Amino acid sequence: MDLPQPLVRMENITKRFAGVTANSSIDFDVRPGEVHALLGENGAGKSTLMNILYGLYRPDEGTIFANGRKRVFFSPRDALAAGIGMVHQHFMLIQSQTVWENMILGLKDLPFIIPKKTIRERILELSSRYGLEVQPDASVWQLSIGEQQRVAILQMLFRQAKILILDEPTAVLIPQEAERLFETIRQMTAEGHGVVFISHKLDEVMKLSSRVTILRKGALVGTVETAETTKEELAEMMVGRKLLFRIDRPDLAPGRDVLACKCLTARGDRGFLAVKSVSLAVREREILGIAGVAGNGQQELCEALTGLRKAESGTVLVDGRDLTNASPKVFIDSGVHYIPADRRGTGMVPNMNVSENAILKRYWNRPVSKGWFIQWKEVFSFARDLIARFSVSTPSIDTPVRNLSGGNLQKLMLGRELSDSPRVLLAVHPTWGLDVSAAGFVREQLLCQRERGGAVLLVSEDLEELITMSDRLAVMCKGEIMGILDRPSEVPVEAIGLMMAGTPLEDLQREPLSS
Amino acid sequence: MRMTVRIEPRLSVPPGLKLLIPLLSLGAALFSGGIFLYFLGVSPLKAYSVILKSSLGDSYGISETIVKAIPLTMAAIAVMLSFTMLIWNIGAEGQIFMGAIATAATVRYFSVDSRPAMYLLMFLAAGAAGGVWGAIAGYFRAKWNVNEIITTLMLNYVAMNLLNYFVFGPWRDPSSLGFPMTAVFPDSARLPFLWGTRIHTGLFLALLLPLLFWGILRYTRWGYEIRVMGENPRAASFAGMSYLKNVVLVMFLSGAIAGIAGMGELAGLQGRLQHGFSGGYGYTAIIVAWLARLHPLAIVLVSFLMGILLVGGETLQIVMRLPLSSVMVLQGLILFFVLGGEFFRKFRIRIRFLKGAPTEPLREESQPWK
Repeated sequence: MDLPQPLVRMENITKRFAGVTANSSIDFDVRPGEVHALLGENGAGKSTLMNILYGLYRPDEGTIFANGRKRVFFSPRDALAAGIGMVHQHFMLIQSQTVWENMILGLKDLPFIIPKKTIRERILELSSRYGLEVQPDASVWQLSIGEQQRVAILQMLFRQAKILILDEPTAVLIPQEAERLFETIRQMTAEGHGVVFISHKLDEVMKLSSRVTILRKGALVGTVETAETTKEELAEMMVGRKLLFRIDRPDLAPGRDVLACKCLTARGDRGFLAVKSVSLAVREREILGIAGVAGNGQQELCEALTGLRKAESGTVLVDGRDLTNASPKVFIDSGVHYIPADRRGTGMVPNMNVSENAILKRYWNRPVSKGWFIQWKEVFSFARDLIARFSVSTPSIDTPVRNLSGGNLQKLMLGRELSDSPRVLLAVHPTWGLDVSAAGFVREQLLCQRERGGAVLLVSEDLEELITMSDRLAVMCKGEIMGILDRPSEVPVEAIGLMMAGTPLEDLQREPLSS
Repeated sequence: MRMTVRIEPRLSVPPGLKLLIPLLSLGAALFSGGIFLYFLGVSPLKAYSVILKSSLGDSYGISETIVKAIPLTMAAIAVMLSFTMLIWNIGAEGQIFMGAIATAATVRYFSVDSRPAMYLLMFLAAGAAGGVWGAIAGYFRAKWNVNEIITTLMLNYVAMNLLNYFVFGPWRDPSSLGFPMTAVFPDSARLPFLWGTRIHTGLFLALLLPLLFWGILRYTRWGYEIRVMGENPRAASFAGMSYLKNVVLVMFLSGAIAGIAGMGELAGLQGRLQHGFSGGYGYTAIIVAWLARLHPLAIVLVSFLMGILLVGGETLQIVMRLPLSSVMVLQGLILFFVLGGEFFRKFRIRIRFLKGAPTEPLREESQPWK
């Protein structure tokens, strides 16, 4: 076979963290002009491997070759000098600085007077060549997440990276933006760049990559040519068994409104309106999904619906009762439970142990407390029961919650919020960052809540999850509801994408999507 | 070769280290304190032995140490309560002053002959005065998010000057030969001394309060709320706890306990209100509470240890002619090292030598301006 010399080759890479082997003897290479997808579940070791390539971590064993020569990277600067650049999920940009200032961040040997003109010209040249439209003089904080991603990619191209590592780049994008990113990636590979595309979304991997390397639990499962494989095969390699994302959701007739809001308006933490005149209702035996790019008011809406955020105007009704601006405790006592996105920061007290966290939402009720006193015996038996029923794996109920893994933490929280059979559960990104089996468990529990006659409000960024789980799907953009879809699985994804980008449903219905 | 130093959080603290770290911290504090004493022209060993002998060497020394430990314990319980909720009450000193002023006012204007009635009046007055002093800062914090460190600290000076106004002005005892102090309290307003020493019945309060608050924090709903709010205020409001209401309540209680410590000091030990009567117990209590890692029962022990340093320090002034501030330096060093030791409990430091050298770059950094 006549293959081009790889731009970079990693051989036998092993990395251990405090007893956990994150990577065990993994081989990986990137050829010029290819998109090499790195596929695996959360915690499979994808990011660790790429952080090693980018010089953030040093491998315990193994070698890296760039352009055929052995390389040792002590820092990203060394990696960049070898032509390797990485765009992290959380962009390493200075929010208060402009785009062009971010370009020269950390460069050595800048002239004393910064040659702004040359830098701007170079940015514009790169941006038109790769379709990365940016305004050099805009401050980063003014940019949308998609624009910030373009800046982060430009930053690497500006440093003449030949190999670009993109860590789950589509997680923060709406479908149209993702499509645009793919165009950029194709342009880069056409010019001989190598791109590493980290993802766990099979469709994207199939569409974009020429080769796929699959990792599972820190080990290399294999590297395959995309053209010679199928989605099912990749999924099997990724999870180790045939387990596609499929759920069993019986048709149920929805009942009365459980949680409803009318013209609800609320401000975000920075003071401007984050939720603008939102009206919706979640009914018994129903999952109402809320789709939207992160930061479009979903979180603020949930907080306003649980008494955690003040409603500026509008009403919140629980089972027909007006609870607008009631205290969170009233909401909890009315059966409104909430799984926040920020599990460690809001949902849990990390330094307290499992049993103390288990009673966070019920410590004022019998039998866990009696009068003024906490009945610790009851607390312990409640906690033991909870971890058994929701299969939380923890050394003991005395273990501080900060030592639990993400999946177990989420199971504990889910158990705590569901143990009362609540009237309605608001779940924000409930499966984010969980491995496939934990995510499956969470979805099952949400469906259980629906079958039990409760209501679920599900906020997620995973469109596939939303479409399969939800009976109805509301799409939010800039604090407003763009429309509520009655049968989301029958609506083309592109339409949902347009709504996420700010087109109201009525406009779409007037001019149906031309395909 | 390159050396890398990495700081990593510990998941659990090895049992040996739990004991070793505080001991090493104390040792390091005494060692550097020794260097300081050496430069003052004093033999560190001799100074330390004076401290130990004067405070623990005989029954009088021990009783004096306990006398110091009584207000310290109470004030430390006061600040511990607010620190548990992560409210930084630096104002125990001012709250002690307010408690003392209220005690003196009660004696002056509401004196009754019945001892129990007098005790109750003084107790309530001191608690209310200290409590209100604390609650002012708590209310500002709850209502307008005013930083309580600043308000409590500033209120200390207000309280101190208020006290000075009374003892230099309207309440000055005409027979005090011009000293800024009130007249001696009548017997009915004095707590009895115990065992022929200067230990007064405030001792029982100093033993009862730690037990009471240990039980409250551990076994009551409210104690659970306070701990959750201290660990994670966001989770607390998520669970429906009222942070604002509790800020005011905790600051009131904290101030009240400090006020009662002031009452104990006046009615028990000094028998009159005078200029500068507290000697900084309210500040030392902050050190005590942190050294005890906010554990109410450990506060009793740490207060006793701090009492040793205070009694020994007074003797040092007399025997070795050292200024009082040198004792404060020793106190400060101990706090510094013990809190510094906390770092090593939470993190471990790994120093590694990396073999090999970075390879030379393939090309120069991108410099489009050249």
